[in-house]
Amino acid sequence: MTVWLWTIPALPLAGAVALFLLRLPRAAAMGLGVASVGVAAVMSLVVGADFLGGGETVFSQRLWTWLDIAGFTPGIAFHLDGLAVVMLGVITGVGFLIHLYASEYMAEDTDARRFFAIMNLFVAAMLVLVLADNLLLLYLGWEGVGLCSYLLIGFWYRDPANGAAARKAFIVTRIGDAAMALGLLLLFAHLGTLHIPELLARADTLWQPGHPAAVIAAFLLLGGAVGKSAQLPLQTWLPDAMAGPTPVSALIHAATMVTAGVYLIARLHPLYELAPPAQAAVAVVGAATLLIAGVAALGQTDMKRILAYSTVSQIGYMFLALGVGAWSAGLLHLMTHAFFKALLFLAAGAVMLRLHHETDIFRMGGLRRELPAAFWSMLIGGAALAGVPWITAGYWSKEAIILAAWENGAPGIDGAWLYAAGVAGAALTGLYTFRLVFVAFFGPGRRHAEAGTEHSLRVLLPLSILMALSLIGALIPQPLAAVLPEGHHGTHPAWTLWVASLAGVAGIALAWLLYGRGAAGRASNSAAVRFARGGLGFDWLYDRLLVRPLTGLAHANRNDILDRVFDGIAWLNREFHAGLAATQTGRLRWYAAGVAGGAALLLLAAGGGS
Amino acid sequence: MLTALVAVPVIGALLAGFAGEGRGPRVIAALAMAVELGLCLALWLEAGPLFRIGGHGAWLAYESAAWIPRFGIDYQLALDGLSLPLLTLTAALGLVGVGASWTEIRERVAFFHANLLFALAGTVGVFLATDLFLFFVFWEVMLVPMYFLIGIWGHEGRTYAAIKFFIFTQASGLLMLVSILALAFLHADAAGGFSFDYFDLLDLDIGAPLATWLMLGFFVAFMVKLPAVPLHSWLPDAHTAAPTAGSIILAAILLKTGAYGLIRFTVPLFPEAALAFAPVAMALGAASIVYGALLAFVQDDLKRLIACTSISHLGFVLLGVFAWNPWALQGALMQMIAHGVSTGALFLLAGALQERLHTRDMAAMGGLAARAPVLAGFGLFFAVASLGMPGTGNFLGEFLALLGAWQASPLWTAISAAGLVGAAIYALILVQRSFHGEPPADLRPADFDTREIAMMGALAVALLWLGLYPQPVFDLAEPVFATLLTETRP
Amino acid sequence: MPIAEVPLEHSLLLAAVLFSLGLLGVLVRRNMIYILICIEIMLNAAGLAFIAAGARWGGADGQILFILVLTVAAANVSVGLALLLQMHRTHRSLDTDVLSELKG
Repeated sequence: MTVWLWTIPALPLAGAVALFLLRLPRAAAMGLGVASVGVAAVMSLVVGADFLGGGETVFSQRLWTWLDIAGFTPGIAFHLDGLAVVMLGVITGVGFLIHLYASEYMAEDTDARRFFAIMNLFVAAMLVLVLADNLLLLYLGWEGVGLCSYLLIGFWYRDPANGAAARKAFIVTRIGDAAMALGLLLLFAHLGTLHIPELLARADTLWQPGHPAAVIAAFLLLGGAVGKSAQLPLQTWLPDAMAGPTPVSALIHAATMVTAGVYLIARLHPLYELAPPAQAAVAVVGAATLLIAGVAALGQTDMKRILAYSTVSQIGYMFLALGVGAWSAGLLHLMTHAFFKALLFLAAGAVMLRLHHETDIFRMGGLRRELPAAFWSMLIGGAALAGVPWITAGYWSKEAIILAAWENGAPGIDGAWLYAAGVAGAALTGLYTFRLVFVAFFGPGRRHAEAGTEHSLRVLLPLSILMALSLIGALIPQPLAAVLPEGHHGTHPAWTLWVASLAGVAGIALAWLLYGRGAAGRASNSAAVRFARGGLGFDWLYDRLLVRPLTGLAHANRNDILDRVFDGIAWLNREFHAGLAATQTGRLRWYAAGVAGGAALLLLAAGGGS
Repeated sequence: MLTALVAVPVIGALLAGFAGEGRGPRVIAALAMAVELGLCLALWLEAGPLFRIGGHGAWLAYESAAWIPRFGIDYQLALDGLSLPLLTLTAALGLVGVGASWTEIRERVAFFHANLLFALAGTVGVFLATDLFLFFVFWEVMLVPMYFLIGIWGHEGRTYAAIKFFIFTQASGLLMLVSILALAFLHADAAGGFSFDYFDLLDLDIGAPLATWLMLGFFVAFMVKLPAVPLHSWLPDAHTAAPTAGSIILAAILLKTGAYGLIRFTVPLFPEAALAFAPVAMALGAASIVYGALLAFVQDDLKRLIACTSISHLGFVLLGVFAWNPWALQGALMQMIAHGVSTGALFLLAGALQERLHTRDMAAMGGLAARAPVLAGFGLFFAVASLGMPGTGNFLGEFLALLGAWQASPLWTAISAAGLVGAAIYALILVQRSFHGEPPADLRPADFDTREIAMMGALAVALLWLGLYPQPVFDLAEPVFATLLTETRP
Repeated sequence: MPIAEVPLEHSLLLAAVLFSLGLLGVLVRRNMIYILICIEIMLNAAGLAFIAAGARWGGADGQILFILVLTVAAANVSVGLALLLQMHRTHRSLDTDVLSELKG
């Protein structure tokens, strides 16, 4: 059955092509869009089970040779291993649930066909990204998901603000992508291949740990990863990306695309082991991002922006895990995060559906009774996000990362610091998550939900499945042993476990103290809160430092300063012409004088010469 | 066969020129280009065994006849795996150019199509000539009809643009003529007797300072045509003023003659001088990439924006050619073809918009996605292709050029990579300003009709094919680049 | 006194003076008729130089050339007068400064 691997990305791709080209009626379009991903999910299950049952550690499938130039022979070729199986499951499984949900969420939108076409294209590109056996094909998927992200953030294109958010997302990630492209160039120049297993094998034999080329390449690829995964210093695009429809936020900007950076580093983990400074940088980026995004989330009042910052923060945990070499813990968190964050976004979407797309939590309140499905989803998703001990999936994955940070540390960095960052982040997570839950769902109701029909099964089914996965998803076995090394080097004292476990609960308790009886009606607007709401000033800084100088320069040079040089040459010629033309007076006597004077001069010259 | 390639557009031009007004010239021109395309495809399919001429190259076809024997000037055409893809591009985009003029050109239709076909004939000759004198003749044949196309059927500012185009090209062409004549004289000194034969001149051994100067003569001519910073400023004006078909063949084909000349003449004729000059040329390439992008995204005029992106895109070609290794050369070739297709399509789109809206000012557009979804969909596709999206030929061109360039100069490659970001900025601004946003109430353009969908669709498919299964093109060009590399870098 | 006895220098000086006077006339007069007359003076100055030189060397060439100059002068005058008439007809003036259509 594994030979049917190619159908997994091909199905959503075919769906996308059909949706783009055929003018299907809306219902049929939505059906096709959901079905193609659904069948891909089934195929993933079948192929994955067959592969894992078969006992092989790797299955590769080469469809055709993409190009073949002087030893550079990337193929349109897939590589299936434990890591890819995990990613397949997340992408097609969660992807299918979100598509199903979207078939209700987008049911009223006249552009639903376009929506599902791009969503299918996204799933196809994401699958190519995780299945690619060479970095060039991976880059194709990488850019493809970026494009779909752009198209979906700006899906409601009539509002220029959405377009601006979409453009920002694409351009900021493209900065990372350019760095990543340079990384590929460097790797090819030194290793002569971009085929991932071969590249890693050659790197292992050619390079000692700390080899400059390995370090630079790892840093350049990290540039790509932080762009796509919205980590410091390129995290600013993700909160704005919430301009897109909520299923998009759930699928692309929570569950799948933004974790591509994590996947990339995990896939290339031997390279990072050869580049200790780069790996330390991964840990530092993760730790710093999870704290900064956690603080920023506290200042938000927009439900989706809170979740967006929390996504940035949680991916920070994954980076932290990668940085300390806890590869499988990072992947576990990737999976559980996909479950509970998708759940949270879908719950937020369910709220918005009934509140005329209201997203400000301080204008909600008391929704607990009116929207039970959304409430329970939000509560369970929030509990998993905050890491409520033992009963939620998020607890197990986050715990593993925080403890691994203590045990391993990153190259050159004491684990205690990273541990402290992780614990502080966990407390922040509890606080901001339950601030959202308490303010929006408890206390007095400020705005009543539209008395619409109850949600259909297309909404309730994804919510229930994701609720279940958010609770027990950590139990799903991850077949990563053959791919990722076991990363535990040290031990941790018992208190570290307790502190880490209770940090999230402490955050929830604090949230209860502050917001338990509902909010004061409106958010605080002190300078500190505004600073946090603005994402800690990064946007402001980049705007002053990069955007304005660049656009200013470009506008100043709009008429091309270099063309002035040629204008100058033309001007000189014109002036010279004018000077000569002035001598042509048209008067006979003037010409005669010229002839006479010239003759006299010639005679003088001849006389002087002889 | 090769003569037929040149003759078909010439005959087409003469017939169209005397076909009177109305549909006649259009049909004749379209037929001529269709026949031309058919010839190219036939050559592609029946590519025979490769052979060497004068000990050089890997050629597919060759024709030669004495022309002015007294000065060693021959009528000499040769075809290899480098010229064939470019000829195919010429024929295909020439056909698109005729299609683009179908409703746009309404005055002096016969003369218009005669000029169009003469320009194309000149281009075909440039891609085929292996006698430098003949090459120069074709080079000029290409120029004059283009001048008329811009000067007569252009938009506002056409006279200025046409003259600027003419002076830039002509002045730099004269530098090349000086170099060509110097080569012929050097051959007379060395072997007794003039020769303009490319294969004879390849064997010349020229001393260092002289070779550099002669190389620069060729380089400047091709660099103007490419165009590369700082000799690029004729291009935005010419494109803005030219009629749609003029813009299409200018961007898609004529610019490629510059790149072709660099690969065919500048480097092989003066390998050592070119090698020494490579760092400067690559720096110019990187400068073009960045500068073109910087110019592009602040333009209000749609055609001007697209023109500025050409500067940026062809910077990758310059970068790749002077990196002079298999990846970079293949990348440069792919970039030439893909840029021809994607930019041709974008100009087609700009022309269609101008025909409908009577403006090219993007400030007056917006929201077209709501009013003309098919048009906007194609616009989005080609804008995204032009920013180098993997899956289109543009990505492979840029990536391979960078891949090869990195091995020659990581510094300039890293700077060029900034162009990837710049491309995202200008392409997305184009999309935003023309297609997205709230549509103005009075903006109700007709969507694409079948003729336009067919042309755009064919170009889109070609671009995807180049991006996903490009190996036939690479295979065709591989022996050419392999022999060029071994001959120039022993 | 036969012409051969007049020193060559004197004849040439006279020719030069005549030529210069003619040229001066051409340059300063604006009336077309005077300009024509001045041109005739210049031609005759040249003729005088020919004759003087012919006498000095004892050859006939100078006289032959003078006859040629005379015929040229006749042709010259006829063309000049015709142009003059035409000018008078179109411009109602014989002032040469009126004719400045060639101004650049």
